[in-house]
Parts: sequence; C-alpha cells; structure tokens
Amino acid sequence: MKKINIPKNALVILIGASGAGKSTFAKKHFEKYEIVSSDVCRGMVSNAENTMDANTETFELLEFIVSKRLKRGLLTVIDATNVHSDSRKNLLKIAKKHHVLSVAIVLNLPEEVSIQRNKTREDRDFGNHVIRNHKRSLRRSLKFLKKEGFKKIYKFKTEEEVNEIEGISRDKLYNDKKEFKGPFDIIGDIHGCYDETISLLEKLNYQIEINPEDEENFGIKVTHPEDRKVIFLGDLVDRGPNSPAVLKLAMSMVKNGNAFCVPGNHDVKLKKKLEGRNVQTKHGLKETLEQLENETDAFKEQIREFIYGLTSHYIFDDGNLVVSHAGLREEMHGRTSGEVRTFCLYGETTGEIDEFGLPVRYNWASEYRGKAKVVYGHTPVKNAEWFNNTMDLDTGCVFGGKLTALRYPESELVSVPAKEMYCEPSRPFDVDETENSSQQMNDEILEIDNLLGKKYIDTELQNNILIKEENAIPALETMTRWGIDPRWMIYLPPTMSPCATSNLEEYLEHPKEAIQYYQKRGVSKIICEEKHMGSRAILVICKDTSVVKKRFGIDSKNPGICYTRTGRNFFSNKTLEQQFIYRISEVLTKANFWEEFETDWVCLDAELMPWSAKAQLLLKNQYSAVGSAAKQSLNATLKQLEKAKDRNIEGLDAVLEKVSHKSEAIDKYISSYQNYCWDVTYLDDFKLAPFHILATEGKTYDDKTHLWHMKAIAKICHADPKIMLKTKFQIVDTSKEEDIEKAIAWWEDLTNKKGEGFVVKPLDFIAYHKNEFLQPAIKCRGKEYLRIIYGPEYDLQENLKRLKNRGLTKKRTLARKEFSLGIDALKHFVRKQPLRKTHERVFGILAMESEMVDPRL
Amino acid sequence: MLLTITAKDENAEEISYLFHKHPDKFQTSEITVGKTHVFYPEVSKEQTTIALMLDIDPIEMVRGKRNLSGKGFSLQQYVNDKPYIASSFLSSAIIKMFSTALNGKCNNKPELVSKKYNFEISISVVSAPKGGEKLIHDLFEPLGYSLEIERHILDEKFTNWGESKYYSVTLKNEITVQDLLTHLYVLIPVLDFDKHYYVGEAEVKKLLEKGKNWLPNHPLKDLISNRYFLGFKSLQNKMYQILEEDSEEESEEISKEEKIRKKTLHQERLDVVLRKMKESNVSSVIDLGCGEGKLLKKLIKEPQFKKITGTDVSFNALSFAKEKIYFDKLNSRQLERISLFQSSLLYKDTRFSGYDAAAIVEVIEHLEESRLEHFEKAIFEHAKPKKIFLTTPNKEYNIKYEGLENGKFRHNDHRFEWTRNEFENWAEKVAEKYNYEVEFFPIGEIDEKVGASSQMGVFSLDE
Repeated sequence: MKKINIPKNALVILIGASGAGKSTFAKKHFEKYEIVSSDVCRGMVSNAENTMDANTETFELLEFIVSKRLKRGLLTVIDATNVHSDSRKNLLKIAKKHHVLSVAIVLNLPEEVSIQRNKTREDRDFGNHVIRNHKRSLRRSLKFLKKEGFKKIYKFKTEEEVNEIEGISRDKLYNDKKEFKGPFDIIGDIHGCYDETISLLEKLNYQIEINPEDEENFGIKVTHPEDRKVIFLGDLVDRGPNSPAVLKLAMSMVKNGNAFCVPGNHDVKLKKKLEGRNVQTKHGLKETLEQLENETDAFKEQIREFIYGLTSHYIFDDGNLVVSHAGLREEMHGRTSGEVRTFCLYGETTGEIDEFGLPVRYNWASEYRGKAKVVYGHTPVKNAEWFNNTMDLDTGCVFGGKLTALRYPESELVSVPAKEMYCEPSRPFDVDETENSSQQMNDEILEIDNLLGKKYIDTELQNNILIKEENAIPALETMTRWGIDPRWMIYLPPTMSPCATSNLEEYLEHPKEAIQYYQKRGVSKIICEEKHMGSRAILVICKDTSVVKKRFGIDSKNPGICYTRTGRNFFSNKTLEQQFIYRISEVLTKANFWEEFETDWVCLDAELMPWSAKAQLLLKNQYSAVGSAAKQSLNATLKQLEKAKDRNIEGLDAVLEKVSHKSEAIDKYISSYQNYCWDVTYLDDFKLAPFHILATEGKTYDDKTHLWHMKAIAKICHADPKIMLKTKFQIVDTSKEEDIEKAIAWWEDLTNKKGEGFVVKPLDFIAYHKNEFLQPAIKCRGKEYLRIIYGPEYDLQENLKRLKNRGLTKKRTLARKEFSLGIDALKHFVRKQPLRKTHERVFGILAMESEMVDPRL
Repeated sequence: MLLTITAKDENAEEISYLFHKHPDKFQTSEITVGKTHVFYPEVSKEQTTIALMLDIDPIEMVRGKRNLSGKGFSLQQYVNDKPYIASSFLSSAIIKMFSTALNGKCNNKPELVSKKYNFEISISVVSAPKGGEKLIHDLFEPLGYSLEIERHILDEKFTNWGESKYYSVTLKNEITVQDLLTHLYVLIPVLDFDKHYYVGEAEVKKLLEKGKNWLPNHPLKDLISNRYFLGFKSLQNKMYQILEEDSEEESEEISKEEKIRKKTLHQERLDVVLRKMKESNVSSVIDLGCGEGKLLKKLIKEPQFKKITGTDVSFNALSFAKEKIYFDKLNSRQLERISLFQSSLLYKDTRFSGYDAAAIVEVIEHLEESRLEHFEKAIFEHAKPKKIFLTTPNKEYNIKYEGLENGKFRHNDHRFEWTRNEFENWAEKVAEKYNYEVEFFPIGEIDEKVGASSQMGVFSLDE
C-alpha cells in the first residue's frame, strides 16, 4: 500500500505497542498541533512522560483536548498505545458525539522491533513484558475494530510496509460543496406535484425542453440563462399526482449538473420499498407505487440508485448556506454520522405524540444561533419566512398550499399556488393570519447572554467591534430601567464628532476645518445641513396600528413611536404622544409616502423642537439656574466695583473689565438657551425636522446620497409645513474655493442668528478614503451655541486659549463604530433577521455611550 | 460671587484695621481655582463697606474632574453655578483674605476685636437648594441676625419656569467681626450642601474651631453638622464625641428611635416574605431585584436555604449587597451556597432557572408598565420557579402618608402603583396564563378602608 485516504476532519487513532513507531509515524504524516500525544499530556500533568500514577489525569486531559478539537472540526491524531478496547472506547465516543468519522491505523510490528527501539531510549526503562502485554492485547482486539465503530482501518505488519506509505490523502466529505456559491433556487417539498414544479421553474425563468422519452435523461433538459442551479430539498415523491415525473425531472437535472438534491424521508422510504424491504405504504407511498406500476424495472432501479446516492445535507457558498430536508443543528453542519443523517431526514422529535397522532417535533430552529443560513422543508407551514437565520420552505403544495422557491443569495421568495388539494393534511398547517410569526414569537423576549460581558460584533462596515464589559454593565441598567420595547428599538444614532479645533483666534469651531476633513480625504462633493437645536428623535411610524402588530409584533395604541438617542420614550405625556404619532403618520399618508416607497412603515432620524419640550428639567435645574445666579451675582459685583472705581482705587480696572465681559457673556448665554425654547401648548408648537430616511420595509437607504434624503424629506415636509420643518442645506464642491466661501458665509449667517451651526457630510451616505470609511458627519457649532456646552464664559480670551487643547480621536473612533452598528442594526431588521441581532447592535451603541469621552465634544 | 460687609457706626472706617486690609488698595490673592479680591466700595466715618469678591476660573475648576456620563447631566460641571454663588469657595476666600480677623487678632488695635458693630452684610448670591428661605432664616436668626431675602426667578422671559434656588440675602446684626466671619464660614457651605474639596476628618476640627462659641447652643446644630460633613455620619459622631458626651447621647437616642420607626415597614415586608418562604418548605431561593441585599442577609442566616442567589440590574446596588453579606470573605463552601450577579428581569436568563422560590420584593413598580409583558415571560414562562413571592405597594394606602401629594407615587422611580384590585387582577391573569395558583396577603398594619401599605402575591406552580 502506498497511499492511504482519510476524511478531512477525522479522528485518527494510532494503535500499537510501545516502541512500534507511532510517534515517528505521526510526525511524518501530520502537522504538529494535529497530534495529541499521551506522553505529552502525561508530562503536562506530572512533569514527566513516564510517570505511572498519573493515568487518570493524563487521559482526562487528552480527551479534553480531543473534544475541543473535534468540536471545532479539526483533524486529530491520537498518539497513544490504544491497544486496549477500553482505551479506544472513550475516544470513539467523543468522535461520535461530534459526528466525526474515526480511522484506525494499526502498527502491529514484531515484538523485537519494539524491544530493540525501547532499549535505545533512556526514558523507557520498563521491562519487555510490558511490550509483550501490549502485543497480546492488540492481537486480541484487532478483528473487532470494525465492530467498535472505526469507519476505516489500516493495518501494517512490518517496518517496510510502514515505510512504503507515501502520504495520507485527506478527502473532502460528500456534503462539502463550499465551492458552489450560487446563485441557487431552492425548492421545498414537491410530493409529486409535477405541474406546479414546472410552473415554478418557468416563473424562475428556467428553459424547459421536453423531448421524447427515449432520449438521454428522459428527454428532459432544463437550463437557466444566468446559470442558476436548483436545489431540491427532498420529498420529491408520495401523496401527489405525479411522483414519477418529478423524479425524472430531478434526476435529469442532477445528472446534468443543473441541480442538487438532498433526500427526504419519503424518498428514502420509497428506496427501501424498491429494495424489497417491508415498509408501510401509508402517508402517500401507496399512490407513488401505483403511479410507478407502468414504469420499467430499469427506471425503478435508476430511482433506487439515485436516492441511494443522495447526500443527506450540503454546505454551499463557503459555509454560508446549509440545506437538508428537515434542517440541521449547527454542530452537525459538515459532519457525518448516523445521527446527522437521521436529523436531516426526520428532524428532531421529542418522543411525544400530538392530538393529531403525529410525533411532536422539537423546534431546533428556535435555538439555532449559527452564521450559516439553513434552508429546509419537511414540516408544512403556511408561509416561508426567516426564523433565526433558518427557513422552512415546505409550504404544503400537496395539501393545497403552494410550492415555494427561495432565490439565493437574493433572499427572495417565489411561489406558485397548488392547483388543488391533493391530500388532506393530518395536521392543519394554516396558521391564523393575526398570529405573530415564529420569529416574532421568538423575539417577544430576548436572551441576556447576547448582552452580558465582553463581546465582539461584526458589521458590514467594520469587523470585530469590541463592546467592553464595563460598558455593557451600565447599558444593561439603562436599557432595563428606561429603554422602550426592544422590538421598537431598531436603531440608535451614533455620536457625532465636532470639526478639528479652529486656529482662528476667536473661534473654537469653524467650518473651514469641517470642510477640510473631507477635502483632504479626497471627497469631492459634500453637503452642509443646518443643525437644528432641539432633541434628537428616532421615529418609527406605521401606516396604522395593524402594521405595528404585523411587522413589529407589538400591540400598540399608537401607529408608531418616537424615542431618544438613548432609547427612551421621547414623550412622558401619553396623550401628547398619541396625538403626535398619529399626526406624523397622517403626514406620511398625505405625502403619499406609503405608496411611493412601497412600504407601510418608516424609520426616520430627526431633530424634534423645541429643545425645551424634552429638556424642561435640564433648563430649569441647570441652564436658567446658572443664568439667574450669574446675572445677580455679576450685577452686584459690577455695582460695587464701580463704586470703588469712583473712589479712585487703583488696580481694579482690569478686574472691572473682566467682570463686565463676564456679564456680557452671561447675557449672551441666557439669550442663547432662550433661543431654543418656546412653550408648547398645541401640537403645532412642535417642529419635526427629519434628516435621514433610515429604513422602510425591506430597505435601508445608506446607498442613497444625502441630497436624495433631503429631497425625499422635503416632499414629506411639504405635506404639513405646520409641524414639519425642512432642513436647509448647501452642496459644496470641495475643489471650488467659491463654494467653500459660500458655505462659510452661510454658517456665519446661521450662527450670528444664534443657530446651532451646521453638519458637514460627504454627499454619499458612506464615503471612503483608502478603503477606510470616513466620519459619516462632522458638526460645526456656532460661537453662541457653544456657550451652553462649554459654559457661559468659555470665550473669554484666557479661557478659549486653554479650551482649544482638545483631542478628537476617541470621539471619532466611537462615531465610526456606532455608525457601523446602527446601520447594521437596521439591515438586520429589514432583512427580518432575529431581533437579537438588531438588539445586540443597538445595545452596543448604548454601551459605547458610557465610554469616557469629553461630553462637550 | 460678592460679599459686602458694611459697618454703620461711629468710626466705621476702623474696620479696615480689623480686616487687616488697606481701604484704598485693591488687593488680590490666588485661591485654588481662581482669584479673590478685596476692596472698599465705600469708606467714611459713618459707613464703611468692605467687599470680598470671588473670581472663579471655570476651566480650572473642572480640570481633572471626571463626570461619569450616563449619570445625570453630563455637561453639569461645565455649565455650573459654582463660580457665581456663595459656596465653600467663599469659606476658602475668607481664610485667605481675613485670617487675622477670623482668628480674633488685630495687632494695631487689639481693643477692636471684641467691639460689636452694626453690620449689614449682603451676599450675591446664596444658593439654598434644600431648605430655601426658611432655612436661611432658621440658620441666622438664632444668632441674632435680622434678614432681608430676595428670591430670584429662573428666567425673565419664561416666568412660568418659576423661582430659582438663589437668593440675594441681606443680614443685619450687632456683632464682632470674628463672630460674623465664623458664622459665614460655616453656614454658607451648609446652605449650599456641597464642598469643592474632599471631606475628611479635618472637617471635624474646622467645624469645632469655627463653631465653638455658638454651634453648641444653635437649635439646628444637628442639621448644621450633618450638612457640613455632607451627611457623613461617622464625622458627625466624631464631633459629638469631642464636643460633649451628653448631647451626643441625647441626639443619638432620638435618631435611633427614628430609625426604628422608619425601618418598620420595609423590615416587616422582608420578614413576612421570609416567614412565608420558610413555611413553604423551599430550599433554593433567588432574590430577583435584590437591591442592597437586605433580604439576602436574612436568607443566609436560615439553614433551610441551601442555595441563595441575588441578582439586580444595578451594579452599584450589587456592590452594596456584596459588602452587606461580606461576599469577598466567603469560603468556597459558602460560595457554593451563595451567589450574586447582574441581570435584568426583562430578558430571558437561564441563570434564573432551577429555583424552588423567587422573591420579587418591591421591584415591579420600578419597571415600565408597557414592559411587564417581558418581565412575565422572563420569570413566569422561562425561569419558572415553583414559588414566587411578589410584593408591590398598595396605592390605596397612599392617602395615609402625610406629605405625599395626591396622585404622586411613593418613590420618584416608581412607574406605577396599583390598588389591591389592580394588583390582584394582574396577578390572576398572569397566574392563569402561566399555570400558577396565586394567593394574596397584606403587608403592614391593616386599615379597614384602604388595606395595608404593601401587598404580596404568592404564586405556586401547578405541577
């Protein structure tokens, strides 16, 4: 024998007496970390490789390592004598647990070889009787290896035979089709519904040629202009009107390489029958057999071979897609064992029987947390839908439902209705329309595991975003004590960095630096949007409350919600909230938004004014309080200083001047915060200024420019200018000096009128420079506005100088991370991914907000 | 901030000797976070005014100080009233500028030290966040002052925002300079109830020294010392120890009695829960929303409970609970019995499962009513303990609390409070949905009309 073959992720157990050359063999044919040696383990737990009293600990450690490796799908080689069946038993058990095949490589060399070798080794001072005992045990167990559960056994009797082995080839498993990346059309349980299958294929744009039967592949030729491939999810046969035709179609397509097929339980039962085994013909096999009566024996043999040759599950697209008939737990993906096959064919049952006399199925998908999408059939459901990244595509065609295909990777569903009910379902699969979907039911309560401790989150824009444990701790408290229902909280806004500090003497922030940030990074078009001074508000608004129930799974009195940047309900007054939400929903209806965007809900990012509506307490306890104290105190001081000046006291001029500056600063400060306050008596006293359309059904809008957003929003505002406020903006070509000057002049005008300032954004929602995405926005705040951030006296000369020393790096790092998480949260929501995905992302944003950053930035 | 002291006497200008500041000079000194100036706006034989002015540097004031964001208003220290109000900075300035007068010295004219003047003192502005106008009166009047107080409104444009906590105060008294300064030195920070520096044992000495002539006889000495030490009981006790054994005992007795009265309701609640738990033969208990660990401490003492777990969403509360039960000193056997962790009752947490009993004492009213649905699922559907002991206030009883405004909740973090009927309806609905039986018990003294202060539902899982 020159070459031996083993499965790619096998457990390889070397068997041989001490001194048989196992370690040498292992080192020659396997990688360093693939070899788990009992000698090394013994050394680790006892400081020496030949300690005799550490057996228990040695093998506990060895088995622990083996378990971890097999769990991770790594080929593992055991370098131990393994001559007793007892010692192999545990290892085989571990392999079985992880659905990995075991291979035995037996080095059954003559005793003399071992004795001779051990003589030359100082650490092997045991007597030759040990080797003789090993040999005896080995001989005794050799013929039972197959029975013990080894899938492959290789035996070598001489040193020559061992030396002849040139290499060990590692075979890919049958289920490994990772190199096939699609596009696919995955079709659920057909059960002999041939006509529907043909209609569905045509709808999917397949070209179907049916020629006389005597030609190759039953005369059937199916192709797709874009070279798409079909994946049949099994249960091609039984119950329905034309199982033979379905078989012919599937068999020809698989043979031609236009389709893959996994077996279903019905297919396997048919195979057993065709093999002459005694199976019950209930549940539709009888019909299939009748339909096959006129077919040739050769065809029946072809069917048997076809089904026999099917692999129970496949992994496609680099591991991103797994298909099988009845689904598959994550730990079984890409593995092989009887249990895996049984799972693929029958799913998992609890052993209980339900009121319809059918086995109660365990809902493995509710626990599924894997990255790969699992698409399967087997259990008829009314509608196919994503549930924890899995989808059941059996929409009960044969029971009068429909036949459904999932387009991958597009994630679109295409279906054709059943022509008739061919078979009465024994358990109704029609669910009540008003019920929440399985995903929504599952999402009614989230698990805390996804939030606690240190976490890394991958997003489309950035990978490995770290959420620190010390930040998750306060976030959990905030979320629990103040957060709105997680099913509403599909987004939280990122923090926004100010521009670099201005080098102009009298400014802390100036538009020049904000524009330069993008200009220097090669962004040619930017947009400056007026920054309104109110409170940040995220709005999720639906067409009506039935949409809330259907899409968000919430029983709500209002057709939407408005919440703050930390996920708290914006309104504390319930009546006002209800009026406001209804009003905005009506605005959208009036603006024809629902039709135009083909949606019945929207998520808006906005500023809601006045500031005083939300910040009443803050204004009372902090802003006006400071103003009131300062004004009185400084007035009194000025008065007395002037008296002293009248007495011609020397040396107080500088102080007098400073106090009058302070006094002016306080007046400006008071008028600055007052400017953002007005009393709210009527709904129309509110002003809502949206600036991003974040998401609608099935879509996010991060691929649209900010100009698009501004235009779309202007249209909404137009429908009700009393409550809606259009945001003013300017587009700037960063290569044109006059554009820049114009923007700066506009900013000066805005801020002179006590406006907050503006926000500079790249025209594209997401802009890149050297493969790094840039800050999504940079704010540039006006001089007067900054008083309410940095304190009333911040711009006194000696103060401003010191305040200019500020660092933005941390703020900007956070801004990028939070932006990535926010966009990703929305994407997961619109793709109907499990809510925990969205929630862990918004939770991450909230956690980051407890990071220590200068709050004035 | 400005303090002016005006003497209206014959030879009024002689106070410049006492204050040890030249009447025709503008004098400046550095203090920790800015400057202080002394000058005389007015000097004559009949009437002389000395002014002490603070020029706090708002940037220096906050340098190196960190404000945990997420806790209150994050810009608090930047948009701050401290530069403009009379606070502990004023006390520092008094020490800096008037130390000789404060210490009762006057080298040139020692006879003036004990001379009483007709003083008029103005302070712009005094901050009295807790106590207001009444407290200003109560602090100064026993010392012989007559007062004029002007309260300032928050905002002239938005008069509906109401009054501020700031006052311009004018005090009049015939008094020595030394006494006047010691009064201001102590009472100004007491009104503000804050200090700009670390409050430690040195404060005891300072208060005793500055207050020795008047504090022991001041009717509010308890309040003054309590606030002066920012509520640190240990410092206050230390002061009483040094001051006089007698008065200490007296006041301690009062406070002990008060404590006992105050403790009753919550203690009783915990005792009822504990008694019911013991009767119901449970051996593993999880305290959901354990807070600072009061119930845990009781549970630990009972040998009946073999496994005791506490959980709370507040990490701070858990730290207190850890201290309370000496968690860090537990041995490995005790650690098998007792555990603590942070969690939330609005999420599914597998660590909640497997207990005979759960205690949920005065917790649900701190959850948003709209999120009770999540609480129900987390506890009744998933954690599923065999018994649940759940208490919540009885809203009807609120009318028995004096000082509790009609319609207000007992605690400002309560999101709702239920009547007995509301609670029972909720509990029965939940019990039915999740297969529990529920029984109700009043907690506290029972009033014929409105029932007891608190109410408990004991849920038992149907098995």
